[in-house]
Amino acid sequence: MDEIAAGLVAALRLIVTLDSDLVEISLRSLQVSLIAVLIASAIALPLGAWLAIHRFRFRRATIAVLNALMGLPPVVVGLIIYILLSRAGPFGGLGLLFTVKAMIIAQVIIITPLIASIAHQAMRDLWAEYHDLLISLNTSKWQRIHTLIRDGRRALLTASLAGFGRAIGEVGAIIVVGGNIDHATRVLTTAIALETGKGDFALALGLGFVLIALAIGVSITTHWLARTEKDSRW
Amino acid sequence: MVSVPQLSGALVRRRGKRLLGPIDLTLAAAGLTVVLGPNGAGKSTLLRVMHGLERLSEGSLNYENTPELARRSQAFVFQSPVILRRSVAENLAYPLRLNGTGKAPREAAVADWAARIGLSDALVTPAPRLSGGEKQKLALARALIARPDLLFLDEPTSNLDGTSMREIEALIADAVAGGTRVILATHDLGQARRLASDAVFLVKGQLIEAAPSPQFFDTPATAQARAFQNGDILE
Repeated sequence: MDEIAAGLVAALRLIVTLDSDLVEISLRSLQVSLIAVLIASAIALPLGAWLAIHRFRFRRATIAVLNALMGLPPVVVGLIIYILLSRAGPFGGLGLLFTVKAMIIAQVIIITPLIASIAHQAMRDLWAEYHDLLISLNTSKWQRIHTLIRDGRRALLTASLAGFGRAIGEVGAIIVVGGNIDHATRVLTTAIALETGKGDFALALGLGFVLIALAIGVSITTHWLARTEKDSRW
Repeated sequence: MVSVPQLSGALVRRRGKRLLGPIDLTLAAAGLTVVLGPNGAGKSTLLRVMHGLERLSEGSLNYENTPELARRSQAFVFQSPVILRRSVAENLAYPLRLNGTGKAPREAAVADWAARIGLSDALVTPAPRLSGGEKQKLALARALIARPDLLFLDEPTSNLDGTSMREIEALIADAVAGGTRVILATHDLGQARRLASDAVFLVKGQLIEAAPSPQFFDTPATAQARAFQNGDILE
């Protein structure tokens, strides 16, 4: 209990004094996770809608694989990306290893199946509701996907936020491909891992509380901007 | 000239069970055809087949053009109206957006149709919040706003109060007067008498009788049609 209290005090001190390291790694955490969510959502949301409306031979198997990929072990993802981006790997020439870009790539791979799977569930229900009307109106596949994404945007926002939640709290992959380099690739989760390893539990907990506050803050801000709880106007 | 459906040996079978047919049917080019029959007669299936929402197991559906081309000038209103999770105005505008109508004529049409269905004050209201009667009127207006040649109506007034039913029947009558060909499935004999120019009568997926409205209602040719009009239970 003492350590939790000390962690809260440490968190407050870091925030009140606007500790420059804290600000830097918090902003980097947000940068990596938000960019990863934007890229993953751009891939996963249309994919979820497309899977809901399109019938093809291996559709069930594809959905089963997608659902299974939600549980991708981040360390393994990190390891594979490490190998691909390392100097001896096929993409070694790009010089991306131990950069923020590599961390974003890892997070996109981890959260895309999660967002796509949740999006697919939501789009499947909406498609069942809209199916007859959209077929009757001779809509193209693209128009159907666009309509489902537009009208299912609240559920899709939840899918993207779930992806953000996983990304901002992720440590296994980004510590492998980012290297936790001070002032370069250190983010909140890797900093927490480092401080825990050094035995500075109060600072680690303090960073943890800041991380939780950031995650909640982004979620509330997104809901507020999207007016998800305001039904009087659409 | 409205392209009307023509069915030859049309049969629908699902999971080994025959739902409809075989049916041979050619409809008149104008007016309102009412499709009558007890529950489970195949009224909805017949409409869905003619609109191309249901595939035929056997037989053929013919239009002057291909069924796919013909469907571009058709609209369908379902028994349980499908309401988009959007505002009333956006629901009305949806078919016009799809066919590329410009912003000014689209907004004028939305305002016009909202006024005709009494929802001018509810343009920004989320459509799923409307009452059952309002949703059905909205679905009908959304179907009519793109001026279809052929309109299918699947029991559009079931479970509605008298006022809503009267308003919807007035919209349907206006559409017919404006040249829209209408095919209406109903089990409401009073509504059929009020609106129909000809009638198609089904029982258990079979076409029992197809005749002009006065003939069907005044001198039905079959015992089943007479029994149905007398309110007897058909087995």
